[in-house]
Amino acid sequence: MQQPQTFFDKVWSDHVIKTMGTDSVLLQIDRLVLHELSGSQAVRALAEANRMPMSRGQVFTVIEHLISTRPGRGPIDSVSVSGPSMIEGTRVASKKWGFNFIDYNDPRQGIAHVVSTELGIAFPGSTLVCCDSHTSTVGAVGAVAWGIGATEAEHVLATQALVQMRPKTMRVNFNGQLKPGVYAKDMILALIGKIGANGGIGYATEFAGSAVRSLSVEGRATLCNMSIEFQSKYGFVAPDDITLAYLNGREFSPKGQAWDQAAKYWRSLPTDDGAKFDLEIDIDCSALEPQVTWGTSPEQVTSIDGLIPDPSTQKDSEARLEAQRALDYMQLKPGMSLLGVPIDVAYIGSCTNARLSDLRAAAAILKGKKIKPGIQAVCVPGSTPVKRAAEAEGIDRIFIEAGFEWHESACGMCGHIGDNRFANLRTISTTNRNFKGRQGPQTRTHLASPETVAASAIAGCITRAQRS
Amino acid sequence: MEQFISVSGIAAPMMQINIDTDQIIPALYLGGTDAKGYGAHLFANWRFLPDGSPNPDFILNQAPYSDARVLLADRNFGCGSSRERAPKAMREFGLRAVIAPSFGGIFFNNCFRNGIVPVALPIDQVKQIVQAVEDSKGLIGVTVDLQTKKVSLPDGLSFDFDVPETLRQMLLLGIDEIDQTLSYREEIDSYREQDIKRRPWAYLAPTVDIPS
Repeated sequence: MQQPQTFFDKVWSDHVIKTMGTDSVLLQIDRLVLHELSGSQAVRALAEANRMPMSRGQVFTVIEHLISTRPGRGPIDSVSVSGPSMIEGTRVASKKWGFNFIDYNDPRQGIAHVVSTELGIAFPGSTLVCCDSHTSTVGAVGAVAWGIGATEAEHVLATQALVQMRPKTMRVNFNGQLKPGVYAKDMILALIGKIGANGGIGYATEFAGSAVRSLSVEGRATLCNMSIEFQSKYGFVAPDDITLAYLNGREFSPKGQAWDQAAKYWRSLPTDDGAKFDLEIDIDCSALEPQVTWGTSPEQVTSIDGLIPDPSTQKDSEARLEAQRALDYMQLKPGMSLLGVPIDVAYIGSCTNARLSDLRAAAAILKGKKIKPGIQAVCVPGSTPVKRAAEAEGIDRIFIEAGFEWHESACGMCGHIGDNRFANLRTISTTNRNFKGRQGPQTRTHLASPETVAASAIAGCITRAQRS
Repeated sequence: MEQFISVSGIAAPMMQINIDTDQIIPALYLGGTDAKGYGAHLFANWRFLPDGSPNPDFILNQAPYSDARVLLADRNFGCGSSRERAPKAMREFGLRAVIAPSFGGIFFNNCFRNGIVPVALPIDQVKQIVQAVEDSKGLIGVTVDLQTKKVSLPDGLSFDFDVPETLRQMLLLGIDEIDQTLSYREEIDSYREQDIKRRPWAYLAPTVDIPS
């Protein structure tokens, strides 16, 4: 009888074209997704080397990193100085090469990782790469997906393959069921707090357990999105009924008999009983509370009711020094409660937490309320379809009446590309990184779930949502 | 790939954990599709004061570290964003190797494609190198030899390191990775012929014609 295999083992071995020496393989890449910030470099390098794309039907380009989120935006509007030329360059190259191109005004447009699941570009057992570290997001539909550099992207364009080292495997079992008001964002932040921002180096991570099985594909996307924040390049949930129900009928999903054939194969992919992982981690979700970061790494996180830790309690001298540097930057003191820390900005957006379920969770808190005067509150939906669906439900009205700005979809202010509006301010944000300067010069970012961000916007300080 | 056999030179200790690629080069400076032009913005938020002048407290602004060829750092160096301008900026500055206990995985791969060797050594060995460097006020040369897979100091201190052999060979020979893969074209084609029968849904025909 065949040795029990993990989901990852099966997908990886299905894609090996040839072994390369003792530690690497040449791996078939099913989907390459490019955007105008880094994908444009790969396309230019390919052209300069006089090479041709090998399989342009498997290549997608999306305008999302640099394009403005301003309502009424034009085709090259960007807060980045070089944004207009990079957007236009990507547009011209995509048309020249005949890639599957999703322009700024395409009704399917949005953040690449949101679009990739919405359109069925990613699918169970696929290998998908993109010049963005949050590419693992699409592991939500059982894809093995990871971020690459522009040179690797050029390699994929030219060969539809990539030289990769085989990672070790990790399974994180999120056991039990979440309490109301606790979300996938809280699960992943708690995991990163437990194993550290370096806890996943060299691993591909399967998220499993009853709490994961109960999550929608959107919640799973939030989990997989942040696997890179503990340095696991790959994060995924093996496909199940929820995955297949989500993908059925999507634009690039197989149809009819082809769907039946694919679904049969996809159902063979989940990890076999008895398969061995190099590392297993268990998290009890029943006791989990909403999480908020206090520092400048996602590992610097605590329960929302918790106190900011004394650096001396960190696990080693390096972490203690880093905690002190983080507190200095964040202008916080050990022993302070996070609850009540005044905020200047509430931001709901990004590939982490700006899907329809995220906006609904925030809207449930904001309905009939006003944000505290003086707070800047911004919502940037994860994709244009998410925005349209939210508008059809009246969610945009709830946000706007509460005092939020309602934007067009793109990566927006998750990263600072030129707009200084959050400079020197404290934000609470549904994004994925609280690095120094990530959202602007001296901007102090606290990461949290959409519900916590919405509640904090109303209170004007970090607050736990009151649930009726 | 730019060939790398061995490098000797000044080593700059930057002993912090989790130095992310947003610090190595902030997103503000990622503009443009040029292959070069990023070295001036290496560690921009640490290297320069808000008025644009060099920050005298930052190590790469201090002699002899301003001529560093090697960087010494703590665990999880290069975590975060996949931006390849991070190793590009380091290379343009003159750095050829980073020695740290561990590296962000995407950054690690990007280093090899930009003429930089990421050397993983246990933290106590990194600290021994830092000590020797600081004792010499930064003047001793640290050698990273990819041929022998050794980091060595003039006083005889020497540590073995390991890197993925496939990438090591590509760097030692300065191989063009795309040319190498294209030399396996028959194997790629044969894989795809088999695979399209097994997983037809993975293959999409182009939806638009290329304008002539």
